[in-house]
Amino acid sequence: MTSASTNDIEFRSVAKRYGSVTAVSDINLAVPQGAFVALLGPSGCGKTTCLRMIGGFEQPSEGMVYIGGQPMNGVPAYRRPVNMVFQQYALFPHLDVEQNVAYGLKQMRPRAATAEIVRRTQEALEMVRLGGFGKRRIHEMSGGQQQRVALARAIVNKPKVLLLDEPLAALDKKLRTAMQIELQSLQRELGITFLLVTHDQEEALSMSDLVCVMSTGRVVQMGPPQEIYDRPASLFVADFVGKTNRIAATIEPGAGSVRLANGVGLSKPARANGTVGAAMVAVRPEAISLVRNGTATLQGTVTHRMFLGSTVEYSVEVEGLGDFLVTADRRNESELAEPGERIGLNFDPNAMHVFPA
Amino acid sequence: MRAFISSVYLFLYAPIALVVLFSFNAGRNASEFTGFSTAWYAKALSNTFLVSALQNSLIIAFTSAALAAVFGTMAALGMERLSSRMRALFDALFAAAIVVPGVVIGIATLVALVAVFSFVNPTIAALWPGDQPPRLGLGYGSIIAAHGLFSMALVAMIVKARIASLGRDIVEASSDLYATPLTTFRLIVLPQILPSILAGFLLAFTFSFDDFIIAFFVAGSKTTLPIYVFASIRRGVTPEINAIATLVLVASLLLILTARVLMREKKSKSGE
Repeated sequence: MTSASTNDIEFRSVAKRYGSVTAVSDINLAVPQGAFVALLGPSGCGKTTCLRMIGGFEQPSEGMVYIGGQPMNGVPAYRRPVNMVFQQYALFPHLDVEQNVAYGLKQMRPRAATAEIVRRTQEALEMVRLGGFGKRRIHEMSGGQQQRVALARAIVNKPKVLLLDEPLAALDKKLRTAMQIELQSLQRELGITFLLVTHDQEEALSMSDLVCVMSTGRVVQMGPPQEIYDRPASLFVADFVGKTNRIAATIEPGAGSVRLANGVGLSKPARANGTVGAAMVAVRPEAISLVRNGTATLQGTVTHRMFLGSTVEYSVEVEGLGDFLVTADRRNESELAEPGERIGLNFDPNAMHVFPA
Repeated sequence: MRAFISSVYLFLYAPIALVVLFSFNAGRNASEFTGFSTAWYAKALSNTFLVSALQNSLIIAFTSAALAAVFGTMAALGMERLSSRMRALFDALFAAAIVVPGVVIGIATLVALVAVFSFVNPTIAALWPGDQPPRLGLGYGSIIAAHGLFSMALVAMIVKARIASLGRDIVEASSDLYATPLTTFRLIVLPQILPSILAGFLLAFTFSFDDFIIAFFVAGSKTTLPIYVFASIRRGVTPEINAIATLVLVASLLLILTARVLMREKKSKSGE
């Protein structure tokens, strides 16, 4: 593990229990300074608990949480150099936009000069493109604008780490995409470490430098988005991050081969070292190509076609293996396959991810 | 059906309307209206017994309502931190305090106070260095205590409803923005629950001001306005009593209406 001083946030063997219920356990996590990190996982996986332990709203039952190298156990939220953007924004309804944004600066000790507070508040509002909205009441702002106020209220304090708890969940798709881009450029501009909690794998992959995948209270994989997608550490990650086809198989020992459940034998991918016996093989839909003539790895029947514009998704039934999801790039497809058509499926054995069953 | 409903309202409000009407009666007879006059109001307000009873009532109502507002709010805030099971228990206890009949509260408080006094007074007398030890007895204190306790439950229920609608996250947000718990209470929680505290205060005031039963048991030698009215009614219903009743009615209605306005949830809410 890297030393605490270069990490803005570090978890060492952290566990959190509520009575007999374990929310998270054995969490070891290091968030490098200036990084954009996503905590990704299904609801109930413990990602929000981790975020709240950094914010100081929960205390770990075991282990240590460090912020900027300083142990934070027992330090209350109001003495921590981090700020949070809450899922429901949690704006103060009785204060106007300006007062909301300036709130942290006014509470900070030693307190900044009033002129400084005014200047920084305006600066933060400009940064989220809300200059001129300072005197508005919170309920006069739209959902997207409230989101920006919440963001300005947090970044104005120049925290060491900005914590974002599913900040885009309440926005519609178009606004969400726009905010994703904005958050990314904001992070580059400010150089502050961002820690984003999300259940949306697309959001995690597209925005962050590092993705930390969590499941049932544990970290299952941490790495750059491309690595998470291309080399999932487990079947769970392969399933949760992106779409995947799962094929039951048996791995034969030695130089051996991968024997799929329908009897088709394939050469073992270079990565699948060591696994022998019953296994699950995962193949990404875009790694499979459809072939009309000539030899193919598998034969199947097209059952559904979903036209998505630049790509087409096919559902192909392969006898003995079930339905396969195939994503075809339209640049390589002059002619779309029709439902009912017999078709061949081809994929490079090295595109297979082999996991013990 | 319509006639039935009309008669229900007639029975409810006609007597009250008559009281108000006859308070402006020029004549003395309560059965015939002989002309408009505000003379009975002037007479009522120049009656020293009545004015001192009114003063007593105002002092008791204000003090008990203020105590109820402070302690009821503290109770409501404290209950936020209880486990859900304990909270349900205290909820039930508060609700029970509100539905217990006034007669029962009156008798119980009287018996309890007399028992406490009979123990405390000799003790004080024994320890007192001077000749004339202070004696605890029924009076302002006992009425304020009895009313305050009842009203505290009332205020706690009202304030608790408001706190529940606040949500935990703005408290956490304030804490996240470097505010200590005390500052968070002062800048975030208090401004938002203040209307409900005021509403509770006004309802508590109205309750105490109008209460006859509990006060009757624990008043000792003190006379509150309702006790005065009750006592004087034995000498017959005079237009003077009507005038007092009308004044009490108007004051109570104003207070309750204000409380209703304060308790109304603001239509504009923070989140979506």
